[in-house]
Amino acid sequence: MMYADDGAQPMAPLLEIENLRVTFDGEDGEVTAVNGVTLSVGQGETVALVGESGCGKSMTALSVLRLVPAPLGAIRGGSVRFAGEELLMKTVEQMQEIRGRDIAMIFQEPMTSLNPVFTCGDQIMEAITRHRVVSKREAREQAVEMLRLVGIPMPERRLYEYPHQLSGGMRQRVMIGMALCCAPKLLIADEPTTALDVTIQAQILDLLRTLKRKIGMAILLITHDLGIVAEVAERVVIMYAGEVVEEAPVRSLFKKPAHPYTRGLLGSVPKLDRKEEELKTIPGNVPSLKSMPSGCRFHPRCPNARSLCAKAAPALLEIGEGQRVACWLYGLPSDREGVETL
Amino acid sequence: MNQESDVLLEVRDLKKHYVLSKRTVFGRREVLRAVDGISFSLRRGETLGLVGESGCGKTTTGKCIVRLIEPTSGQISLEGEDVVGASPDRIREIRKQMQIIFQDPYSSLNPRMTVGQIVGEPFAIHGICAGKERRQRVEALIDRVGLTRDSYTRFPHEFSGGQRQRVGIARALALNPKLVVCDEPVSALDVSIQAQVLNLMVQLQKESGLTYLFISHGLSAVKHISRRVGVMYLGKLVELGETEALFSSPLHPYTEALMSAIPRPDPDIVRERVLLEGDATDSNHPPSGCPFHARCRYRMAVCENEEPAWRDLGGGHFAACHLR
Repeated sequence: MMYADDGAQPMAPLLEIENLRVTFDGEDGEVTAVNGVTLSVGQGETVALVGESGCGKSMTALSVLRLVPAPLGAIRGGSVRFAGEELLMKTVEQMQEIRGRDIAMIFQEPMTSLNPVFTCGDQIMEAITRHRVVSKREAREQAVEMLRLVGIPMPERRLYEYPHQLSGGMRQRVMIGMALCCAPKLLIADEPTTALDVTIQAQILDLLRTLKRKIGMAILLITHDLGIVAEVAERVVIMYAGEVVEEAPVRSLFKKPAHPYTRGLLGSVPKLDRKEEELKTIPGNVPSLKSMPSGCRFHPRCPNARSLCAKAAPALLEIGEGQRVACWLYGLPSDREGVETL
Repeated sequence: MNQESDVLLEVRDLKKHYVLSKRTVFGRREVLRAVDGISFSLRRGETLGLVGESGCGKTTTGKCIVRLIEPTSGQISLEGEDVVGASPDRIREIRKQMQIIFQDPYSSLNPRMTVGQIVGEPFAIHGICAGKERRQRVEALIDRVGLTRDSYTRFPHEFSGGQRQRVGIARALALNPKLVVCDEPVSALDVSIQAQVLNLMVQLQKESGLTYLFISHGLSAVKHISRRVGVMYLGKLVELGETEALFSSPLHPYTEALMSAIPRPDPDIVRERVLLEGDATDSNHPPSGCPFHARCRYRMAVCENEEPAWRDLGGGHFAACHLR
């Protein structure tokens, strides 16, 4: 078992992903969606996993629950440890016990992740009875309690309603209620508010913060919205093209972003508090999995790229308290202390 | 302000009601009031942002203006010419002056047409030019929106979302329109690509003096691009004003809540959040009085019974609220 070695993470990690590799069989051969991702989530910690579409953030999360869509996708290597236990070695039955009880997940689209032919109550009660020995009545009482906890008015009545009778925000609350009914230690939230309106988004984020305090669970929040990151996360992991490019405590990330991609991402968000003539942009497009650039995968779009960047991929290097970055700006292979020359 | 010539588009009391097949207990058909009496005008060369949550009628408004949807009632005039009552022949002519860019760059481009055909189609429909001349003009448009020349013979599936949206923009600009209705043009794009497309739109506006109606639920994008912003709630405009004024001192409680709900990319911002309770009521069961009263934290007795009037509260800052 590995524990934090350097004061940057005071808590023992609850989830440790190491060197994870996920591949997909495509028409033109195998593509790598997740390429050697390493990250950890401490007990009770909220970590945001940030990146643009296709960067592998959702696949990384699905790997934790071993839900990578088979047979096209497969975990090819690495390790995923939860509370010290290797999840990649578990049997299918053991995983079913862990899913929902220890690790729960909520998805982006509440309409497609709830079953339309069962009532909300049935679906929450299923999650309860699956993992606990309780009578039907107890399960129903707990389901009502759960719905009340996530702020659904008239929970006794909602229990008998079907997903289509609820609004998007209410459905997402039901999803959260279902995910939390067994008090999981880790909640994986994959873009939980992307499909919702801003005022509803604010309600759901508020709810997640409150519940986290009450239950003390850890959250792995997958999002592309840096505003949400600033509001709820304690630590941030930035992914680009299947790799982690930067990892930092939330304040460091926003105050002194290190990786040129992180800086570009922050620069391209229109600011509400000042007027800019022109938005900063990252030139070019996100590379396709089929044709990944050599060396550092960001180099064709990077303003700081030099010849080395196309030849060799930089490893994650610690540059400050809890801040790690994979970029040649922060130390060449020959001169690892070259940070000053920036 | 020199009125008449300055105003490009005038919308007066626009309504779009849908009669539903469902009946009430009294046998009457229910009516969904998607857009329920909104009025605004667009000045030449400006960008008016239209914001609101899903189902508030902002897209319906945009589509009514270019008459992709027939309005139930109200007036729309472009440069003084009536759009609502225009004959089919006439509306074809008017549409040369106004174009629309859609939200989803995946479904708004015909997958079986090449980019050259897509961008050249407006020329074909309006019989403007053909052959070599059309090709030259299409290539010039492709250049203008920042795509490479070889895009001409390629198909939409070969492009990323941001590039497809550029194709959509090129098509909208083909006929040199005066007004472009932009319906969530960047909402489906990644953050870094959104910035590219927004910059392109600003640049094109500067070059050709375009007027934009920019419809979006992304408030930061709207703030960036718009000179004035209108806020819609349940089919009605609740506030409209200069962007700076609206964002710094919103007059309507709904605008205030909307602004406070935007997550800011700065972990040090501590601010009072106005959390709204519940969600927007169905637009087929509009509440009496002010449409927002059920969720409003300043609610008074009058709000439940009487609909607040749409008034200019000074400096072209309009709002419909009993508080003001």
